Amino acid sequence: MHIDDIKNGIVIDHIIAGKAMEIYNMLSLGKLDCTVAIIKNAPSKKLGKKDIIKIDSDIDINLDVLGYISPNITVAFVKNGKITEKKHIGLPSTLTDIIKCKNPRCITSTEPGIHHIFKLSNGNTPVYSCIYCDTEA
Amino acid sequence: MRSLIDILDLTTEEIDALIEKAKDIMLRPDAYREKCRYKKLATLFFEPSTRTRLSFEAAMLELGGSVLGFSEAASSSSAKGESVSDTVKIVSGYADIIAMRHFKEGAPLVASMKSDVPVINAGDGGHNHPTQTLADLLTIKREKGSLNDLTIGLCGDLKFGRTVHSLIAAMSRYKGIKFTLISPDELKLPSYVKNTYITLKNIPCTETNSLEEVMSNLDILYMTRVQKERFFNEEDYLRLKDSYILTPDKLKNAKKELSILHPLPRVNEISTEVDSDPRASYFRQAKNGKYIRMALIMMLLGVE
Repeated sequence: MHIDDIKNGIVIDHIIAGKAMEIYNMLSLGKLDCTVAIIKNAPSKKLGKKDIIKIDSDIDINLDVLGYISPNITVAFVKNGKITEKKHIGLPSTLTDIIKCKNPRCITSTEPGIHHIFKLSNGNTPVYSCIYCDTEA
Repeated sequence: MRSLIDILDLTTEEIDALIEKAKDIMLRPDAYREKCRYKKLATLFFEPSTRTRLSFEAAMLELGGSVLGFSEAASSSSAKGESVSDTVKIVSGYADIIAMRHFKEGAPLVASMKSDVPVINAGDGGHNHPTQTLADLLTIKREKGSLNDLTIGLCGDLKFGRTVHSLIAAMSRYKGIKFTLISPDELKLPSYVKNTYITLKNIPCTETNSLEEVMSNLDILYMTRVQKERFFNEEDYLRLKDSYILTPDKLKNAKKELSILHPLPRVNEISTEVDSDPRASYFRQAKNGKYIRMALIMMLLGVE
């Protein structure tokens, strides 16, 4: 795949195969007017198979969402057909308003206007816990 | 401005200082009679309590301060649908420090984010109860002389037992600690507590359903009540409520130096016949709660 078919936009690469639609939904990419390409099961030297998302528009995206759903992802920012910046996204230390606590006893189930915040429990594994009740996501 | 939401908000050095201060208050109560004069403690108890609320109130009164508050959600504006955030914003304009108990886990943390005065977590659902842990630590220190090198058995409802979660977090920072977890399968310790404070710290731990099997190894036996209010299904509660009942007979193989603790209230998990055993420390533990809360209130208000 080549990125020169995007002039100004974002290429999200090295997505774990099968996770592209989850990212598509969590970033609400379906609401964009621009071209969005989802490539599934592309061959990858590192992963064997990977997914890729190309967004033909220079939008703000929540990098924490990407790191949470598929750690070790790369995000390339393209301007005038060239990559101007490339970021390797690891596990974010905090997730704010990305997921909600499932514990019915948690204050977030009733309190209006508070942020749903999760912290990375252990740096090596993608386990997040609610800062209010410690329930794991 | 500091709040106490989780026992780990305090360093072990700060806990040592609080224990020493509490001991000094016991020895010289008159020296502390005016320490919090003109200060007000608000006790916001959205869930029933006897010991915790009254010990907080007694603590503030013995420091020369005054108290205001409510003892059940029905007598507060939460019954009208007011949020925790709004309640605390209002009350922090009326009081110098707040002690909050709430049935929702994390409510005191939300309160501390919105409050202009220190907030003390006086128990949040089945989550944490740091001031009970301070009372437990003072009791262990007084009964055993040290917080190190102890085998601690925790028995009963380890799933919803907030005092258990806070005590494990606190004790996991001391040397030579071993945990023995005694519970029915349905009330085992939550995985986040076990992973964070036991497994990742390589602390020796045994899990069992049988109290008798492990009794002879224990230095501390921390009994807990199976809490009716934590169950969504009454059938489950009825099935599990009598899982463990401590009797003099079950203590036959226990160490002579064992200390039996219980955060109270008890229902029937410790037979009243055990009360006269010198190893029964739970009434002394309840009394210790007042002194350690006096020390805590002083610390959070910055009173020397």
